[in-house]
Amino acid sequence: MITFFARRFAYMVITLLLVSVVSFAIVQSAPGDYAEIYAARKANAGAIISQAEIENVRRQLGLDKPWHIQYGRWIGNIVLHNDWGMSWEWKRPVGEVIWERMPLTLAIAFSTLIFMYVVSIPVGIYSAVHRYSIGDHTVSLLGYIGLATPNFLLALVLMYLSQRYFGQSVGGLFSPAYENAPWSWGKFKDLLAHLAVPVIVLGTGGTAFLIRAMRAAVLDELNKMYVLSAKASGLSPLKLLIRYPVRMALNPIAATLGWRLTYVISGAPIVGFVLALPDTGPLFLHSLLNQDMLLAGAMIFIYCALTIIGTLLSDLLLVALDPRIKLE
Amino acid sequence: MAEARDNVLDVETLSIALRQDDATVPIVEDISFSLARGEVLALVGESGSGKSLTALSLMQLLSKELAITKGRILLHAADGGVTDIVGLGANGRAIEAIRGRRMGMIFQEPMSSFSPIHTIGAQIAEVAMIHEKVTREEARRRAAELLAKVGIPDPVRALDRYPQEFSGGMRQRAMIARALICGPGLLIADEPTTALDVTIQSQILDLMRKLKNELGMAILFITHDLGIVAQMADRVAIMYSGRIVESGPVRDIFRRPVHPYTRALLEAVPRLGDIDRHRKIRPIAGSIPNIFDVPQGCRFHPRCPAAQLPRCAEAPPPRYDAGRHHVSCIHGAEELGR
Repeated sequence: MITFFARRFAYMVITLLLVSVVSFAIVQSAPGDYAEIYAARKANAGAIISQAEIENVRRQLGLDKPWHIQYGRWIGNIVLHNDWGMSWEWKRPVGEVIWERMPLTLAIAFSTLIFMYVVSIPVGIYSAVHRYSIGDHTVSLLGYIGLATPNFLLALVLMYLSQRYFGQSVGGLFSPAYENAPWSWGKFKDLLAHLAVPVIVLGTGGTAFLIRAMRAAVLDELNKMYVLSAKASGLSPLKLLIRYPVRMALNPIAATLGWRLTYVISGAPIVGFVLALPDTGPLFLHSLLNQDMLLAGAMIFIYCALTIIGTLLSDLLLVALDPRIKLE
Repeated sequence: MAEARDNVLDVETLSIALRQDDATVPIVEDISFSLARGEVLALVGESGSGKSLTALSLMQLLSKELAITKGRILLHAADGGVTDIVGLGANGRAIEAIRGRRMGMIFQEPMSSFSPIHTIGAQIAEVAMIHEKVTREEARRRAAELLAKVGIPDPVRALDRYPQEFSGGMRQRAMIARALICGPGLLIADEPTTALDVTIQSQILDLMRKLKNELGMAILFITHDLGIVAQMADRVAIMYSGRIVESGPVRDIFRRPVHPYTRALLEAVPRLGDIDRHRKIRPIAGSIPNIFDVPQGCRFHPRCPAAQLPRCAEAPPPRYDAGRHHVSCIHGAEELGR
């Protein structure tokens, strides 16, 4: 058991290192650099900027060095000093900029995950048990629509609807009234109301997918011999369903938890941008557009790390759920 | 005849049909048999003869598209009470209280009859907990007791093992323990040894015989293996295309088979010494009829060497009885009277 965790942890560290190289390379591979953007901006503002000045900026930021040296300095500072460097755009430490916004991103991601599982598991079970009923067909139809609708479109529609019919201010975490108020029931409800739109937008596709997966898994199990044999022992239908087929069907669902987390986190920037949420989404997008390298690199790195952690969690969950999986 | 015996089960003119969009296709028709306490009845037939469906229907376990259309299944309690299983319907508390408590069932595939992610002990103890409202500890103790009884070594530790850690034979033993934990008066065994190899097969049969003598339950044994019938059963009923064509004490049926189908079945069994005696195994020509297109009259007449046309093709054959030996064939009268 301990060897298993140790090995998994070691793999995780190696993967993270590789990921850091890749994320740095991705950021580097875009044409141009921050110095050029800086120059272009100055030029737009009417200032005259010489080639020498550009070179100067480049040298200051270390952009004149080959990329592996830049990478070495970057990762070295992160590992040794937990120093993520400065965001050139924000003129503040990267860590600070990100951690201001990370809680909201994580809140949305995990609320979305919870939303997806809470909705899809019972609906999937219902759909499997009542196969080919009107309810099942309705769920399937809604599911396909959910799968086919692009997130950004759904975001726009929901924004319009909640603004128009519920008078709900979208964007941000709190209404202005609660922004700086101490925690209370009202503030909590306000938070939930604000989370609802991004969570639905982000979660719809995944929920639709999970409903299909859950339905298929339960259907698979319902026809197994052990279900008949349990029924022949006198279990009531509901008890039987929950104790055997549903319990079995949860294994493949748990196995995909890692991918779900990835999906939610990688989908978040676009939704965050469309809904103008103060989360890491818009931050990430701007850092890429502005070639704010250290910020962008850190963001990619964190997104990947969350994915890897998600995969690890789902593996551990699977080991806990399924006695057939051996650790060695 | 049935009244004189101490019966556990009486099945009377049971019919099962497949429900399609607007029509029903009969699959099992007018089956009657009974089982006395401590008796083993073998229900024999080819694949598709309806024997397994008959077994499932006794506990109302037919799948949704199948239904009992006629007949009664009377289950007798030790105190003389009678329950008609057909009247209970396929759902609800009443039938659930029968399943696993008054009748136990074991299946053909011990490999898949247990859930792979629950321990053997949990799956056996659960049955006692459902029916007898005993505590978990008590149910586990009972399960261990039963596991010991079915010959599983180190039963207390076996409780916490998973089915895939058991061999096929061990799993079938555990399955029997699960079926018997509440002490049912009737055990339905649907080809319990078909998936096992021969040595294990005979161990399981020995075990079932031993348990039957010890616990006194009746066994309905579904099989297509006449060798098993000879070893296990007191009486046998031969099914063909959804009907019982011949039934009686095993000895009578094996010594003096009357129905041409029974005879053909016995001819098709290889015996020791066949080569020396130059006896050839004779397979039965043709195959069992498709349920959507059954022959008129006697279902067996297209394959029957002794068929008399057009008589056999016109009406179902009459039933003849001689003591406890019954046969449905036009030749029944002369053959039974012999």
